[in-house]
Parts: sequence; structure tokens; C-alpha cells
Amino acid sequence: MKSLLNVKGLTTAFETENGKVISVDDVSFTLKYGETLALVGESGSGKSVTALSLMRLLGKRGKIERGDIQFDGASLQTVSEAQMQKLRGDELSMIFQEPMTALNPVFTIGHQLVEAIRLHVNIDKKEAKTLAQNMLDKVGIPNAARVMKQFPFSLSGGMRQRVMIAMALVCEPKLLIADEPTTALDVTVQAQIMRLMNQLCEEMGTAILLITHDLGVVAEMADRVIVMYAGQIVEETDVFTLFREPLHPYTQGLLASIPSMDFDDKELTAINGAIPANYQHLQGCRFANRCPLATEACRTSQPPLVEVVPGHKTRCFEWQQLQRGE
Amino acid sequence: MIGYIVRRLLIAVPVLFGVTVINFLIMRMAPGNPVDMLVSPKLPDAAREAKMIELGLHEPIYIQYWNWLKNLVVHQDLGYSMITYEPVTTMIWDRMGPTVLLMGVALILGLCIAIPVGIYSATKQYSKLDYVFVTGSFLGISIPNFFLALLLVYVFSIQLNWLPSGGMKELGSSGSVTTLIIHMILPLIVLVASVAGRNIRYVRSSMLEILGQDYLRTARAKGVKEFFVVNKHGMRNALIPIVTIIGLEIPILFGGAVVVEQIFSWPGIGQLTLSSIMNRDYSTLMGLNLVAAFVVIAANIVTDIAYAFVDPRIRKSYVGGSKR
Repeated sequence: MKSLLNVKGLTTAFETENGKVISVDDVSFTLKYGETLALVGESGSGKSVTALSLMRLLGKRGKIERGDIQFDGASLQTVSEAQMQKLRGDELSMIFQEPMTALNPVFTIGHQLVEAIRLHVNIDKKEAKTLAQNMLDKVGIPNAARVMKQFPFSLSGGMRQRVMIAMALVCEPKLLIADEPTTALDVTVQAQIMRLMNQLCEEMGTAILLITHDLGVVAEMADRVIVMYAGQIVEETDVFTLFREPLHPYTQGLLASIPSMDFDDKELTAINGAIPANYQHLQGCRFANRCPLATEACRTSQPPLVEVVPGHKTRCFEWQQLQRGE
Repeated sequence: MIGYIVRRLLIAVPVLFGVTVINFLIMRMAPGNPVDMLVSPKLPDAAREAKMIELGLHEPIYIQYWNWLKNLVVHQDLGYSMITYEPVTTMIWDRMGPTVLLMGVALILGLCIAIPVGIYSATKQYSKLDYVFVTGSFLGISIPNFFLALLLVYVFSIQLNWLPSGGMKELGSSGSVTTLIIHMILPLIVLVASVAGRNIRYVRSSMLEILGQDYLRTARAKGVKEFFVVNKHGMRNALIPIVTIIGLEIPILFGGAVVVEQIFSWPGIGQLTLSSIMNRDYSTLMGLNLVAAFVVIAANIVTDIAYAFVDPRIRKSYVGGSKR
């Protein structure tokens, strides 16, 4: 089957006071129609910037330096800003991390939903209102007719994220980018929101690019997983293989950091250190300073991203050691 | 909402009362009195005394205040000017028109400049034009009204002889709209420079804060055009703090009128205030103070109501408050 999204060599940089910072470095991946791909990594690994690059919402300081994004058979690189505005919210939509601040406080829920609809579908206000209300029903908002007239401040975080989902999916997009959609929510609400998103996307055949640092969410939702570190993809595989046989020490570290319920005397494990600040100037592997397996070779030259097993890519010289260790 | 307004108006009554008491006391602490202005210093003391009695100035100060207040509350009358013997109400009323005209136009023009310029400056932060606007706004704030006024009169009236240096119309003419506009240009430039100067900075900083908000990213992600992202989604939120500033402008303009009207001999409230102070015209001053206090309070109430219009969160708290 042809893929919906084909990203090749995406490199995104930001202008800062200390010069140019490359936040996403040569990232390539594909996403099939209806598939759920998870983008995992700690803060600063470049997941969100990857997503914003796809939406072309990088702001004034960010710029896609290189790379090609094929979306639904067309290159987003050659699309004008006006055409991009037509695509956003219609073909590809996005949900953000902070539902508390993602909705405009001075417009009613109904107004914001109707606006999203009328930007892309040529129907009158009344029809759009009916459509919006039906969508609120679908995302499980009780008393949708009343909520339509309410302002965001009178809704809870979970309800607002439901509104955001309704807004993102109301035009039945082909791709939904969800940037840590449940991070800011209560644990009890997280699962509900994830399930809702999954169910609606399945109904509409919408593919999901799920950005998260929660491996529990990954296990539940994703078909395939990309692990990012310091702006690069370090491992890519299907979700089962990732948990069974991770072939990058960073991924292993992430999996080991999941708190276990089995032994209460076990200490929490963590990956020591943080992403190096000036990683783009590093010669060797960007993870080397935190890696238990790092050798001299790792510090002097950068490992390439190699498909070591069919369907399983890793960016590590020592991957065989990890495979044997299992 | 209506309950809220009524409550605010009721609170305004004691405030106004307090303002008149304080004004009365301060006024009387100043040396001199209207009789000194009216009669020759060579007049015998008995004649002065007669004049004092005629004006009611011989009584103890609290009785004088009481008489003034009684007259106001019972007869809705502000009394007569101690100098010209005209009714104070008529004097103020006659002067109100020119002031409201000048200040109103200045406020509207000032905001018409400040809001678009402020938005542009914020969206194009650190661009060349932004620096030009910010510098211009600082100039507008820093140049004192009287200095700019004198400068303009010197250049445009004395040197170039393009515009009249003062007044509202040519002497002896009835005054057409064109001459009115011509007479307004210089005082307007002075007032608009300070109104725009102050507000460009407010609008710019208010908009800058909004431009970083998450909901603008949401709007962009929906596919809203950048123009509407800024001017609809952004502007509606930036308006909330700006409304407060506009409310504060009204009293500032009212006070600024004293200087500008004096320099340009604009026959408004400000000019009347200054001449009444010079003449120790107590009754007129009391009337003017009352009007000024009322304008400040009214501007505040209007601001609060406008606030509710632009911010639904505040609207809700008003509705909740009036039920109690």
C-alpha cells in the first residue's frame, strides 16, 4: 500500500541568540494510511519540532533546512502558504499538550468549532452548528447543546481536550498529529482520551502520529515506534519488537526506567545525565556520554541508522551486543 | 449585570461626597479670596465686609459647605459664579461642548493610530519599522504638552503662518465647520501625540504577550489565515488590557485639557478651570470639581462594563455577583 506520509531527510533549525540550533537532524520515516506511529523521546529530543515541521507551524525563528515531506502523494515543500492553510485542519490536524491554554478564552466552544468547519467545508452557519454539536456528542461531551454556548474557562482539562479532539477531527483529516495529548491530564482521564482518539480515528481511517514520552501509552496505542534522541532517530521498529528486543542502549534505558509494580524493594532506574546542549557539534554518537556500552569508536565517529533486522533500524555500533544480551 | 451597575452607582455617591469635602477644604487653604479679585485694594474694610457677607463668605467654613451642599441636593443647583454672577451650571455646560469635541476627537484619532501601529509593531518585533514606531511613541510620551504646543505655534502660526494659534473661530464670524477644523489641528496634534504615544506601547506589549499564546497556534493548526489569527484571535484577547487603558485615558485627557486649552485659548472646561482658580471663584471651582470627579467615576464604571463585554470570564463573575 502507498504511504500517506513520507518524510525524507527532514532537517529543521532554529535561529537563537547563540546562533543556529539544529533541532531535527536528517529525520526520515513513513506513515501508512490509518496507521499509528509513535514518536518517543525525552524533552528536547526533537519530537515536537518534527511535528510542527510537518504542519509548517515553526514560527518566525524555525526553518526547514533540508528534506522532503510527501503527504498524500504531494510534496508539502512546494505547497504555498495559502494552500497549506487549506490543508491544516482539513487533511492534517493537530492536538496539543496543554488543553487549558489551547482554546481561545474569549470565543465560545461553538464558535471555535464552527470556525474550524467553515474554513474547510462550504456550508452555512446553521448546518455547521449541527455538525459541531454532533461532533461534541461523538467525543463524549454531555449536554453538547449547552457546551456549544459555553466559554473554555467553564470546562475541565479533560473536557477541553475532548473539544480539541472534536475540532481536530471534525473535517475527518487523513493525519492527526497528537503532541503529548494526555500529559497535562489526570491519570484517570488519560486512558479515556486515548481510547476516544483511537476509536474515532479508526472510524474515520485517520492515521495518527503520536508524540509522547509515556511508553505505557505507546504500548497501548502504537503500531510502530520511532525513538528520537538529540534530534535524530536512534531506533525504529514495530511496537512488539521494541518492548521485546530493543537494539539501542537509549531505548533500553527508557524501558528500564518504567517503574515496576512487581518488586517494591527495587529502586527506580534512570538514565544518568541529560541531552548534551551542543549536540550538533559532537563528533561521535550523541548518546555516548550517557551510554554504558560506549567505546572509543562511539566517541569519534557517528553511527549511521542501519536496518539491522528487517523492519528494525538502530543507530548503534554495539547493537549485536544488545541482541546477544537478550 | 444591571444589579452590578446599580451597585457601582450607589458606591459613587459617597465617593463624590468625599471629593467635594476635600476639594472645599483644599480650596479654602489656598491664600486669597474672590473679594480680593473683585474690589480695589483701596476700598475701606467695611465695604469689603459687606461684599463678603453678600457672597456668604463671612460664615464659618462648615456652614458655607453645608449651604453649598444643601443648594445642590435640594435645588439641584450649583449656585452662581462669585466673579461673573452667571449660573455655574450654564457656564460649565457652555464650556463642555468644545472640550468634549476636542478630547473625543483626540482620543479616537489617538487610538486609531495606536491600535494598528501597536499590532504591527508587535507582529514585526525588532524590525526597522518597529524601532521607528517605538521611538516615536517614546517621543510622544516624553515631550511635554506645553512644549510641543509652543513649538507647533512657533512653526505653523508664527513662522509659516499656515494655521491659527488659538481660539475656535475667527473673531466676529459665526464659525463654519472648516474654520473649526482648522482651529482644531494644532491642539489635536498635541493631544494625539501623547494619546498615541502612550497607547502604542500598551497595545504593543499587550499584543506581544498574546502572540506567544497556545491558542493562536491552535487557530493556525485549524487553518485560520495569519491575518485573522492576529486580528481576530489575537486582537480580541489583547483588547482586554487595552480597554482598561482607554478608560484611564479619559481622566488624563480631562486633566491635560487645562494646559492645552489654555495655550490654544480653546473655550473649554480646562480654560474655565484655570481662570476660576486664578480668580478664587469658589462656587465655579466646586462645580468643576464635581464634574471632574463625576467624569472619572463614570469612566471607571464604563470601563468595567466594557471589560465584561470583551472578557467572558469577567461577565460570568458579574452575573454571579448580582445574584448574591
